[in-house]
Amino acid sequence: MTQAEALQEYLLRLADSDMILGQRLCELCGKAPAVEEEMALMNVALDLVGQARNWYEYAADLIDDGRDADKLAFRRDAHNYRNLLLTEQPNEDYAVTMGRQFFFDVWHYFTLKGLTASSDERIAGIAAKALKEATYHLRRSSEWVKRLGDGTEESHQRMQDAVDILWRFTGELITPDDTDRVMAEAGIGPDPDQLAKDWRGMVNEVLTQATLTPGAEDAWMYMGGKHGEHTEHLGFILAEMQFLQRAYPDATTW
Amino acid sequence: MYAQLVETGAKRLKTMEEMSPEEREFQEKVDAETKIEPKNWMPEGYRKTLVRQISQHAHSEVVGMLPEGNWVTRAPTLKRKLQLMAKIQDEAGHGLYLYSAMETLGADRDEEIEKLHQGKAKYSSIFNYPTLNWADMGAVGWLVDGAAIVNQVVLQRTSYGPYSRAMVRICKEESFHQRQGYQILLDMMREGTEEQKAMVQDAINRLWWPSLMMFGPHDDESPNSQQSMAWKIKRKSNDELRQMFIDQTVPQLEFLGCTAPDPDLKFNEETGHYDFGEIDWQEFYDVLKGNGPCNRERINTRKKAIDEGAWVREAAVAYAKKQKQRAQAA
Repeated sequence: MTQAEALQEYLLRLADSDMILGQRLCELCGKAPAVEEEMALMNVALDLVGQARNWYEYAADLIDDGRDADKLAFRRDAHNYRNLLLTEQPNEDYAVTMGRQFFFDVWHYFTLKGLTASSDERIAGIAAKALKEATYHLRRSSEWVKRLGDGTEESHQRMQDAVDILWRFTGELITPDDTDRVMAEAGIGPDPDQLAKDWRGMVNEVLTQATLTPGAEDAWMYMGGKHGEHTEHLGFILAEMQFLQRAYPDATTW
Repeated sequence: MYAQLVETGAKRLKTMEEMSPEEREFQEKVDAETKIEPKNWMPEGYRKTLVRQISQHAHSEVVGMLPEGNWVTRAPTLKRKLQLMAKIQDEAGHGLYLYSAMETLGADRDEEIEKLHQGKAKYSSIFNYPTLNWADMGAVGWLVDGAAIVNQVVLQRTSYGPYSRAMVRICKEESFHQRQGYQILLDMMREGTEEQKAMVQDAINRLWWPSLMMFGPHDDESPNSQQSMAWKIKRKSNDELRQMFIDQTVPQLEFLGCTAPDPDLKFNEETGHYDFGEIDWQEFYDVLKGNGPCNRERINTRKKAIDEGAWVREAAVAYAKKQKQRAQAA
């Protein structure tokens, strides 16, 4: 794998994870447990899709085959999507929604933090802006995990169940592959070992405060999203998200 | 504004002589355009009417997120998706802001939401219509937000201070939404395919009359208007506002190259206004009574969200309590 190939791949991963999680949050519009949460969920979703656009634009410039950011988002099929499996998992109850957000936010925060020091200036620039947003996302989802974990008996049980359900998708966040290593060696991406250490440290800290038990470090992990092998959910997400673009392929302006 | 048929409890207006000294002082303040603030004395009818009107408005903002939520997962471009998300976020914000204004009148947000879910409180009839194609996101912005703005611009001068200030802020954002909505339609009409143009006309055909209904019944059919006008909760009559909306909207419609589903719509040289056909009032009252296409879905969705979120809110309260106890113990 050349560095150029790895960079395109890496940018699509960042973009796709933001996009798919943003899409999942959009599904909750009008269905949140309080009006304050409506606003917050849409706000986080807006940040994520906005960041996805920035990563897609950069990826499109590098891929340089005539596809723009919209084409990358709306005309690729599931096997070409590179998002983390965690981001495509269904909303379920608010404990799962917040658990998914929290595991992602910790990864996102430390990844972006690493990327602000990237040797690639455009990446460092996008990451610096995104990090401000991700810092708020992480603060918010950590608070919710603590509230639900250390709230009532029912919320504790639901939050622990959410941690247990989602745990198998967290390995992918901190298990580096060739792309991650090439990016790190080139000084473009963050150091994978440091990222894993930071992720584990913060997740354990917050879960402990939330009176929750994390999954085992050696638990079986479901991976493959970064290589285009997804859970069954992604196909349906894209069927909805890409409906107009596929039903009206001749439309160039919307 | 998203309030129709707000009950005032008044059969007829009291004369100044019939009023108590407090009522008279209040009415003189209103007449002098002095804003009424939460701590000021106010007639019970005024307070109740405002609670009804502001809560209707707040409910409408929140219920109004649903027809847009129907398309936010299917937006055609990243730009349009982001715009729609920002608009929905603004609406949630308007809902919160309005509920706060309502609470300055001693009302309780949860209680008012409960009334909505029981079918005792209303929200704008427009949100009981389905959004069936992407152009509806443009038409809702242009027509629905447009109709709301006509009302709200006038309500910036409403007599109740917190409501008036909420309107000033909300109007700014709604105007932005309206321009964005119109732009969606304009881009599709100018650069779209035949199928896209057909979507635009279809959206207008479906949403035109329901938008005109947003202003409520004719003035002579609107028993509560007189009292609301005297209290300056309402500043212009339903028919006046509807005419203003039509006069400003028809040229925009023509600029789009679209038509309205009203054969009687034409400019009247004598009056300088557009004449238009009669609204189907039977449909209006049917929708208001719960028999619109989406009444059930909208309320069920909202009720389910709040009911199923009860454990989340309970957890937040329990956690806050624990944190407080811990802080005191430390």
